[in-house]
Amino acid sequence: MNKVIDAVQSDAGVQQALETALQQEFKEEWKDIAPLLSVRELNKFYAPGKGCGDINFDLYPGEVLGIVGESGSGKSTLLSCLSARLTPDSGNVIYNSERFGEMDLYACEESMRRVLMRSEWGIVHQHARDGLRMNVSAGANIGERLMAVGERHYGDIRAKAEEWLTAVEIDTGRIDDRPSQFSGGMQQRLQIARNLVTHPKLIFMDEPTGGLDVSVQAKLLDLLRNLVSRLGLSVIIVTHDLAVARLLAHRLMVMRRGQVVETGLTDQVLDDPQHPYTQLLVSSILQN
Amino acid sequence: MSTATGYNFAYLDEQSKRMIRRAILKGVAIPGYQVPFGGREMPLPHGWGTGGMQVTASVIGEADKLKVIDQGADDTTNAVSIRRFFAHTAGVETTEQTAEATLIQTRHRIPERPLQADQILIYQVPIPEPLRFIEPRESETRKMHALSEYGAMQVKLYEDVARFGHIATSYDYPVMVNNRYMMDPSPIPKFDNPKMSMMPALQLFGAGFEKRIYAVPPFTQVESLDFDDHPFEVQSWDEACAICGSDHSFLDEVITDDNGSKMFVCSDTDYCRERVDQGFVGTAADLSTSEQETEQ
Amino acid sequence: MTANQLMIDVSGVEKAFTLHNQGGASFGVLDNASLQVQAGECVVLHGQSGAGKSTFLKALYANYSVDGGEIRLRDGEQMVEITSALPRRIIALRRQTLGYVSQFLRVIPRVPTLEVVMQPLLDLGVDAAICEAKAKDLLQRLNVPERLWSLAPGTFSGGEQQRVNIARGFIVDYPILLLDEPTASLDATNRRVVVELIREAKARGAAVVGIFHDEDVREAVADRLVDIKAI
Repeated sequence: MNKVIDAVQSDAGVQQALETALQQEFKEEWKDIAPLLSVRELNKFYAPGKGCGDINFDLYPGEVLGIVGESGSGKSTLLSCLSARLTPDSGNVIYNSERFGEMDLYACEESMRRVLMRSEWGIVHQHARDGLRMNVSAGANIGERLMAVGERHYGDIRAKAEEWLTAVEIDTGRIDDRPSQFSGGMQQRLQIARNLVTHPKLIFMDEPTGGLDVSVQAKLLDLLRNLVSRLGLSVIIVTHDLAVARLLAHRLMVMRRGQVVETGLTDQVLDDPQHPYTQLLVSSILQN
Repeated sequence: MSTATGYNFAYLDEQSKRMIRRAILKGVAIPGYQVPFGGREMPLPHGWGTGGMQVTASVIGEADKLKVIDQGADDTTNAVSIRRFFAHTAGVETTEQTAEATLIQTRHRIPERPLQADQILIYQVPIPEPLRFIEPRESETRKMHALSEYGAMQVKLYEDVARFGHIATSYDYPVMVNNRYMMDPSPIPKFDNPKMSMMPALQLFGAGFEKRIYAVPPFTQVESLDFDDHPFEVQSWDEACAICGSDHSFLDEVITDDNGSKMFVCSDTDYCRERVDQGFVGTAADLSTSEQETEQ
Repeated sequence: MTANQLMIDVSGVEKAFTLHNQGGASFGVLDNASLQVQAGECVVLHGQSGAGKSTFLKALYANYSVDGGEIRLRDGEQMVEITSALPRRIIALRRQTLGYVSQFLRVIPRVPTLEVVMQPLLDLGVDAAICEAKAKDLLQRLNVPERLWSLAPGTFSGGEQQRVNIARGFIVDYPILLLDEPTASLDATNRRVVVELIREAKARGAAVVGIFHDEDVREAVADRLVDIKAI
């Protein structure tokens, strides 16, 4: 311990000061913050075993929650219920809205839910055609959400559309092309741009990389990861791809037959799975 | 003119008329809102103005004087047929003069002469839903109307400006009625849009194929959509009407020979005739008339 | 951070693995494990392969869950009990307090080396210029050729990836640093650099818990050797 230590870097002082300040701020932040979304006793069954049940969790601002499980495990049903697109049989989904305050999604007016969908929320669908207007230009696809919240200046709308095309790495020269002329990966990125233009707080994603080539997947994942951390977004992402979950999610919910069988930190669930089903799921992926 | 025997006054039976009148009253009460109604078969194919005819049949009375125009003209097939139909089935007086008419059924124009409080303008409407372009589902468009979600409508204008550099939509130009409902004004040129706003006459719209009726009551605000940096503008022409010399009416381009010669004339034939009667004259007036004019 | 401040306090930790899909076979790895580490102290775990050194370290990082006992880590004025903490609390802890360096780089597709290294510090909101300067300095010290900095490390050799990972692990001055054989298969020159980095961390008051295969590294950094079977 009494050995001579090399001098620390010259900027270490600045660094230390910065970090101390940040630490304090950060601690205040995590302690008092209310959940963005609270789910209590949520049930939705189409038939016995088909749907999802007994769902309880809180999602905090800036958190990325992955919902994993095989096809038919109820994860997409759950996502629809959470994103106000499918009325559950019972239970509550409480959202802490910027403009409406705390609201119970299925106890409030439909008009409020629809306002959320085009302002504070974003939904990225697995199939771009479900989330895009295929018969209008890329620029109009992005601009629509702006116009939906009252933007009426063409020049501004176009400038913002260009900005977001750049952010999702689409050449601005394609702004007047229709999504049908885009590749699958570009369509997904356009869908993301369309959602992010109104600066949403919460994004729902349903298998965003499903059906894309592996190389295109990597690009999209990297883009998503960057946008999520840069914009401080909260995300609920449904995927059956554990590699996608590991890269994007802070924590995971593992679903099987409509029930949550395991939940926890992403790396804990994947590296030290406890439930037999999770162990099976994890051991089934090819290691690289 | 004698009425046809075997038919009720104005062709439709009284129960159907009552039903349509109720739809009209509801439409008047909720300006711009599309009221579904039980559309009846008319002895004309859909697309020939059966929606407008059912509205006309329901509001027409024995004392009314009917004018029918198609693209501004009183003498086109469609206008002539409909005028004769009502003359035949209701025995009402008909006229080509806007000033004299109490009821005007129209396809694709609003007369140039400002309408009065004791007149009713009845539009024939092919597609009543302005949001159809952006949203094919009826359940969804109804919701959009109910919740005033009209942002998507701007998409149509955005696409225009993106493609042509200006709002190129020149007819069927969407409007907001009374700051509440988005409405399709039927395929009138956008030149006529400003006339709809604060009009003293009652405006009724009938869509026969889609079975919808809607209305703009007298003195109701009607605003055309636009962008802050691309404001709404109506068409204008460098030429004046070749017949009456009008420089402020909606002009049709007419090809006059095989060499591509053309002239511009008022689309509103009655307005043009009225002006000629008053002594106005255009470049294509016959030689003797123009000489008289220059002598004055 | 003052010296002799308790940074890591592990008591009575139990951990067994149950393989449900292999006949439910269960084997215990940690049995009533306890350990205290002070600020500025470096504890090196040793024991046979399979004795549970790595499992213990992963439990400290909350990468593995435990079946019993408590793991308390200092976060500023607070001690955080991580076996019962919420995921977001652990993520916050990992962001600014708890560093973990293994010999494997988890490759993020497409991201250039320099950014891979900068990222943890950037995530704390530190100015990009400061992050970049620090990342470059670390890469230089670890002898990662400058021509590689703008490339994604996915295609690098194992040794290069390992050094990128070490740079990434040391960019934030974590008060608690967990090192899982970071020097395995490094050459002598680079091993010395890692030793320097660990000593610097100790000097600024970091509590270090490590597993080192090489005896020379172990001797150069360890204040205390702890046999995993004995804790």
